[in-house]
Amino acid sequence: MDLYTETTPPQPQPEPQSQPGPATPPAGTTVVAEPGEPDRPERRRRTGGFRRDDLLALLGALAGALSFTLLLFTQLAPFDGLIGFFVVGYAAFLVFYTFLVALEESWPAVRDRLASAVVHSIALLLLLALGDVIVYVFSQGPQALRHLNFWTQDLRAAGPLQPLTIGGVRHAMIGTFEQITIALAITVPLGLLCAVFLNELPGRFARFVRTIADAATALPSVVAGLFVYAALIIGVQIGPVHLQIQKGGLAAGLAISVMMLPIIIRAADVVLRLVPGSLKEASYALGAGQWRTVWTVTLPTARSGLATAVILGSARGLGETSPVLLTAGYNTYTNGNPVQGPQTSLPLAVFKLVTSGEPLQIQRAYGAAAVLILVVLVLFITARIIGGHGPGHLTGRQRRARASASIRDLDRILARTAQNGSLP
Amino acid sequence: MTAPAYSPQPRIAPGETDVPRPLTARRGTQDRAFRGLARGSGGLVLGMMALVGGFLVLRGWQALRVDGIRFLTVQQWEPDSHDFGIAGVLTGSVLIGLTAIFFALPLALGTALYISEYAPAFLKRTLVSLVDLMAAIPSVVYGLWGFLFLQQHVIGVARFISTYLGWIPIFKVDGADPHNPLINLNVYSGSTFIAGLTVALMVTPIACSVMREAFSQAPLGEREGAYALGATRWGMIRTVVLPFGRGGIIGGTMLGLGRALGETIAVYIVISLGFTIQPHILQAGTGSVSALIANHYGAATAFDMAGLMAAGLALFLLTLIVNFAASAIVARSRSGAVSEA
Repeated sequence: MDLYTETTPPQPQPEPQSQPGPATPPAGTTVVAEPGEPDRPERRRRTGGFRRDDLLALLGALAGALSFTLLLFTQLAPFDGLIGFFVVGYAAFLVFYTFLVALEESWPAVRDRLASAVVHSIALLLLLALGDVIVYVFSQGPQALRHLNFWTQDLRAAGPLQPLTIGGVRHAMIGTFEQITIALAITVPLGLLCAVFLNELPGRFARFVRTIADAATALPSVVAGLFVYAALIIGVQIGPVHLQIQKGGLAAGLAISVMMLPIIIRAADVVLRLVPGSLKEASYALGAGQWRTVWTVTLPTARSGLATAVILGSARGLGETSPVLLTAGYNTYTNGNPVQGPQTSLPLAVFKLVTSGEPLQIQRAYGAAAVLILVVLVLFITARIIGGHGPGHLTGRQRRARASASIRDLDRILARTAQNGSLP
Repeated sequence: MTAPAYSPQPRIAPGETDVPRPLTARRGTQDRAFRGLARGSGGLVLGMMALVGGFLVLRGWQALRVDGIRFLTVQQWEPDSHDFGIAGVLTGSVLIGLTAIFFALPLALGTALYISEYAPAFLKRTLVSLVDLMAAIPSVVYGLWGFLFLQQHVIGVARFISTYLGWIPIFKVDGADPHNPLINLNVYSGSTFIAGLTVALMVTPIACSVMREAFSQAPLGEREGAYALGATRWGMIRTVVLPFGRGGIIGGTMLGLGRALGETIAVYIVISLGFTIQPHILQAGTGSVSALIANHYGAATAFDMAGLMAAGLALFLLTLIVNFAASAIVARSRSGAVSEA
């Protein structure tokens, strides 16, 4: 009935769909012409989609551009270079495609197709660039990675002339692990508490803190390193005490914390803002206080999102080089003690190895970079699996758990009722 | 329940005044402790950010006092002979940032439009997480890639541009001779251009996600209105999505610029560090404030360190200004872009 425009209130009239012939409408009623064949269900028209001609124009333009560019580069002009080939080929493709579409479409439609082609190719280019970075490192990495010693030794015996069967990045893996643990131990409680503060106690102060935290997400990471260097490694004189720590894992962890904290606050703030207000109000209506509501309603509802925020934050933190460069020192032996002696992390090892310029050290750098990307990828996939749902969305298993908990509650209440003789 | 029925007359005895009931709830100890702790955490975060600026000022002051205004005009870095300034490296940072944005803007804009307007629904979330993944790839990996992979492919392009467009001042390369087949290609390596390309990939994700968010908030009513008036998809994007997302485009670009200015490790690996102003973006040797810090902190005396702190302070202030401007633009466009529908 939605299809018909009616100017009078609906009369009790026979169903128009079931009538074999056109029903005579009462006077004063505007009825849109009925769909053609009333006995068949109406087929939904496809408004978008790809037609055969579009596909032919696309393939034709691609083939034309490829042949034209090949001809140009191999026979006609003294051009060379892979990038030049792609740039010329792409320009040729756009020209040919415009021409082919213009053969049968109007000018606005041509512009539409052209814009669509450009947008698609830009997105493709970005994905290709991302894929290239990852594939390049993974294709170069295995030369060092396939030797087991790369995982179990450190670099103390591996100079630029030692073969890849000597030396590894165990020290850097241990360093990365310890530094990110220190950073998480600081940023997770502080960052989550601050995000809760921004959401639970709104006001001028919270707004100010949010502005500052947002601006600090773009703090250059080298400045975070400089800060820890200036404040803790040079040290500050507070009265008679000279507060100072030496370069090493702890200082690096603190520098990473300075950089990670705003990132975690911001991500957690966004997640907490999505918690439905009705859930919190239900909790208040049941008589719970603010802390109880936060602890038993807000945080559990946003749990998956918060976990994602923390995981993505640590992926960013453990890949940072410049804060670590200034604060951790650099060494080639395994140092498990974050408060004493320099401690290398994976990105720092990559950096030092690649800037040494020695071919074998660069191979080791590729290996370490591949390990680093692998860690980031694993964290990312974990975050994607955990944080796949919005706040309040339950998986089947969680829903069954909630249902059985609720049945247990009911049983308990019934049992108590049976004992006391009345509802509590 | 035998509650009295509601009567419109206030039940106040004549002569009494009506005192409004206090509506504040009494909070328990637990709640008060929680609120105090939460406020404290906010204050702590604020204090930490203030300390970052404060310590840079404190330590950098020593150098700034000696150097004065020359800190902004001198093009070399010799703190021990009290002859140092960031004119060259700061210009380098800005040029690298601008080059990066020149490439990142179309990339981010196109990708954001693709994700919000063109991509099929099942691809959207995957694409969003791929862009996020791109932001999480460590900068040292981009540096490695830019230095060892990108550079060799891009040098040919740089030579092409400088040969045919060398009459434009910024594309000029001193010491390059296109007619000499034995030319040493090193004059093109480690340039602003290559560093900018590498950084462009690193800042595209942040710009892209700000733009995508702005585009997805373009109101449905106006979108359908454009279609109803017969617009093609591009016509709709040009008249509805892009105007509504203008604040997001500008803000996202500036946020990207802020990141690009502060990028350290990738730039440091790619460029050959110099201290003079290098206006030729294709020529080897350029500067960057953050690369200066990363390069010089190692063998620094106390006074060198003060100079580096002052340089860090300048970088900090520059990115802070860019970022505040960016978030102000994003925030204003967000509140202003309310649909009439």
